[in-house]
Parts: sequence; C-alpha cells; structure tokens
Amino acid sequence: MKGKAFKFGDSISTDHIIPGRFAHLRSNLPELAKHVLEDADPTFVTRVKAGDFIVAGNNFGLGSSREHAPLVIKMAGVSAILAKSVARIFFRNAINLGLPVLIFDTDGIGDGDELEIDLGAGTIKDLTSGRQFTSGRIPEVMLRILDEGGLIPYIQKYGDFKL
Amino acid sequence: MGKTLAEKILSEKSGSDARAGDIVIAKVDLVFIQDTTGPLTVRLFRSGGFKGLANPLRTVLFIDHAVPSPSLGLSNDHRLLREFAGETGASMSDIGEGVCHQLVGESMARPGDVVVGSDSHTVTAGGLGAFATGMGSSDVAVAMALGKTWFRVPESLKVTATGSFTKGVYAKDFILHLIGLIGADGATYKALEFGGDAVAAMSMSPRLTIANMAIEAGAKVGLFPSDRTTGDYLAAQGRGEDYRPIAPDPDADYEKTIKIDLKLLEPTVSRPHTVDNTALARDLKGTKIQQVFIGTCTNGRLDDLEIAAGILKGKQSNPGTRLIVGPASRQVMLEAMKAGYIQTLVAAGATILPPGCGPCLGLHQGILGDGEACLSTSNRNFQGRMGNPDAFVYLGSPATAAATALSGEITDPREVMPG
Ligand code: SF4
Repeated sequence: MKGKAFKFGDSISTDHIIPGRFAHLRSNLPELAKHVLEDADPTFVTRVKAGDFIVAGNNFGLGSSREHAPLVIKMAGVSAILAKSVARIFFRNAINLGLPVLIFDTDGIGDGDELEIDLGAGTIKDLTSGRQFTSGRIPEVMLRILDEGGLIPYIQKYGDFKL
Repeated sequence: MGKTLAEKILSEKSGSDARAGDIVIAKVDLVFIQDTTGPLTVRLFRSGGFKGLANPLRTVLFIDHAVPSPSLGLSNDHRLLREFAGETGASMSDIGEGVCHQLVGESMARPGDVVVGSDSHTVTAGGLGAFATGMGSSDVAVAMALGKTWFRVPESLKVTATGSFTKGVYAKDFILHLIGLIGADGATYKALEFGGDAVAAMSMSPRLTIANMAIEAGAKVGLFPSDRTTGDYLAAQGRGEDYRPIAPDPDADYEKTIKIDLKLLEPTVSRPHTVDNTALARDLKGTKIQQVFIGTCTNGRLDDLEIAAGILKGKQSNPGTRLIVGPASRQVMLEAMKAGYIQTLVAAGATILPPGCGPCLGLHQGILGDGEACLSTSNRNFQGRMGNPDAFVYLGSPATAAATALSGEITDPREVMPG
C-alpha cells in the first residue's frame, strides 16, 4: 500500500472523528462521511485521497463504541491507521471493518510524507525521509478477521469464531 | 494461582481455564443496542444474512439517546429498531424508559453475566459484578446472532479503596481522581477491579458511577465483587433470585495495585477537553458556567438527585446559568417525584428532561453556544461532546453541579453545604 501521511496528535476521540451532533446522518453514510475528523482538521476531508494514511499519536479513537468512526475513515479512502496506541473498542471496530491498524512510535513520520506499507511484514517505509519502521503484532484472531475483509465476511465464511 | 474477577467470569463463560492474555470464546448472557449505534448493528445483522437472534429474550433494543426524536433521520432510525424488534422478538425499551445502562442495572444484568452492548458505557453493569463491555456494531451484531463473542482475557489492575468520604465528596470525585492519576489510557485493554473496605461499604449507586467511567481510563471492564449489597439491591429491584456472590480469589495475580484513601479526596472536576485533565473544584473558583446538567448513566440516579435537591432546596439557581436535570430512568423519575426532589429542583429553576441521555452526547436538549461552558455530571468532556466544538465541558459530581448552579461559577460544594 502506498499513500500520503495525514498527521494527528494524541487523544483524537470518536467525538473528533464523527461527533454526536451528526447522529441524525448515521443512516446516510455518504453524507456522514463528509464530516470525518472535521473538528480535528476541517480540511482533512477535502485533501485526503484513496489509499492515504492517518498517522496519529497516543490513544487514537478513545471514547464511544460508534463503529461509524472507523467506517467514515474508511469511506474517506484511508487505507490504514498508524498510531502510537489505539483505544480498545476503536481498534476492534477498525479490524472488524477490514481497516488495518499499525501500532508503533509514529513520531518519525512527518505530515505529508509518502509511505509504503507491507502489511504482511508489518513494515512501514517513509519514502520521503528514507526511514523504516516496524509495527507491533496484531493478535492472530484479528489478523484472520482482517484477512477476510472484516468480521461479518469472516463469520459468513466460517459460520462461527475459529480460534 | 487464584483468579481475578475477570478471569473467573470468563473461565465460567468460556468453559476453560481463562488466564490474562488468553483468547477465549465466551457465552454472552445479555446483548443490547441503542438508537445511535443500533441501526448500523441492524443493517450489519441483516447484511450478514443471520437467521435470527440466539436469545431474543436477552436481546434488548433501547431508544434512549435521542428521546423523543429531535429529527427526521433519527425518527426513521427509531422506526428501524421497532421493526427489527417486531421481526426478531427482541425486547424493546422505548422512549421514556430511560438510559440503557441504568435499565440494564435496574432490571437485566446479573452478577457473573457477560454483557455486551453497542455503547462504550456498557461497563456500568460491572457495578453488579457482570463482565460488561462496550463493542461496535459488527461485534454486537455477531453476538446477537451467535450468542457468543471472543475476548482477550484482560490483565487486571486492582484499585483498593479505604477510609470513607468526607462531607461533599462522592464516588464521582473518586473516579475522576483515579482517572486523573492513571490517565485516559491508564487501563487500556485491562480490567479495573475495585475492592477494599470502602468498596464493601459502598451502596450500589456509587458502584455504578465508578464502573461507568472505567472506560474513561480505557478499561475493558470495571468490576465490583457481587456481595451482600448487590443482593440487597437486586432484592429491592424485585429480582433477588438473580443474586449470587462472586469475588476474586485472595491470591489472584494483579498487574498492579492502586490504593486510594477516600478521606484524602476533595471535590474534583475534569477540565476540557479530556477526562484525565483533573483539578480540585476549589482551584477552579471563578470559572463562569452557563449551563449545568445533572443526569446521565453516570449520575442520574435517585441519590444524585437527592444530593442536588438538598443543596438547591429553597434557593434559586443563578440567573446566568441554565440548570438542566435528566433522571436516568422512569423508576428514578417516579421515586424522585415521590420524594419531592423534582419539585425542589423545578422550584430552584431547573428544566426537567424526560428520562434518557439528554444533552450528554450533543445531539439535542441543551447544545452549548460558542464559547459557553457546561458543568455536567456526565462522563465525557471531549471537544465537541455537547454539540459544539467551540464550547467547554467540565465534569463533576451532582453536589459540585448543584453548588455551581447556585453561584454561576465552578464551586466547591462544601462552601454551600450545611454543617
Ligand atoms: S447518558 Fe451519555 S454517556 Fe450515558 S449512554 Fe447516554 S449518551 Fe452515553
């Protein structure tokens, strides 16, 4: 995967990603997706292109269980989230939607850097700076869910959890 | 080696010897959705092609976040949930009943249950000794269909509380203090397990307040032992048969132990825009507040309204401050009316909302204006939380909220409490 880094700081909450005030749009996903991360960076949605990456600090996605948060990020074209750490429910929700999450110290990546990611190997190459990073391991069960493109396709295929 | 509460419950529900770090598949005893995350759950359930619910009687659809509906989009979402209940036989909790977590505590969750809800504050039922955790719509749709889910068995942090609260200090101050201490990610992926003399002496409402906010430290669950207090609470709710005692083993392995002496705590407030940004209420004196909100799954119970009414009785809220009160459930509202608390609060200037989430998540009933500040008894103060990214939310106890409503600025409740 190749794309551009959009950098965010620490503690980007689900209220930054898609605030409760847009709850009336939750059944109109294309409209909802137009507001993704609006309160953290109002220009993000107009600049992000298919394949780009969110690169965040600590505790990305803290707060609500709303799966709309990773969903609108995915709909905006983001192909993976890179962060120092990710809140528990958000992490699981992202994987369940087939959106990869890579955890490592993201300080070395600059805003706008071109990145190349090898998901299988867990390596992140910063083509702008020439630096390389390795992400922490995702639990096996999550990798298998990710492989099937998300939890619902996984359950459709196997009919049950296969550990 | 003994087991933590989390390990005990997940061992039983997975039929295995569950230890921290293991991945287990556990039976789900109660699963629920609410009106902002539920419609996506229903759509995923349908698109997944699932035939029906594993356990319709223990699947509950709550309409509580936007009640009565403030908009066309939400009205249609509510319709979708009602239709789904009709199709599948799931239980419906419609407008006016109250906030999901309060109702789960009052009449659904049992000690030792695994409870999964499409709402992060599902952790509230940990106050009753249930392994209760919030999940997203996909996970909940699958739990509804299969009656089970997977968990990584969490490591546990033990929080030992000793001593007793001094005047004007409550469970809310305790949990805000704890989150300030360990940080908003201080318990990420972990279980917070509460114990100690002070916990044994604590009634159910403060336990629910504390468990409710476990997620604000990132925790998967906030667990209390199920003990005599739990039994008394369940009996008072007319479901004494749901009681069974559960406690962690004395030699359980905790990642670390945090000791808190309640008598050293003071009224505590979280400042914008993170819950771990705590300060003492007295140090924030002079901070002007345009709206006070007393309610939610954190602090909308009878004792919370009683505390607020005690402070506001015979007085008037500040003309510069709007006072909004939302009982957490129909039962709370009825009892608060019977005890005269609602009358006292209305006489003091409060606007009463129907049982539900009210302005907590910023979609109606008290959205803040630009630059305005709210002192709320809820559990979250993220930027934009109460409907406006240019507004400020402070979190505090019902006593701090009531004292603040009187003076129009953040006020330590001990300043206005008698004797
Ligand atoms: S009261 Fe607030 S925190 Fe509780 S369930 Fe409702 S919106 Fe969520």
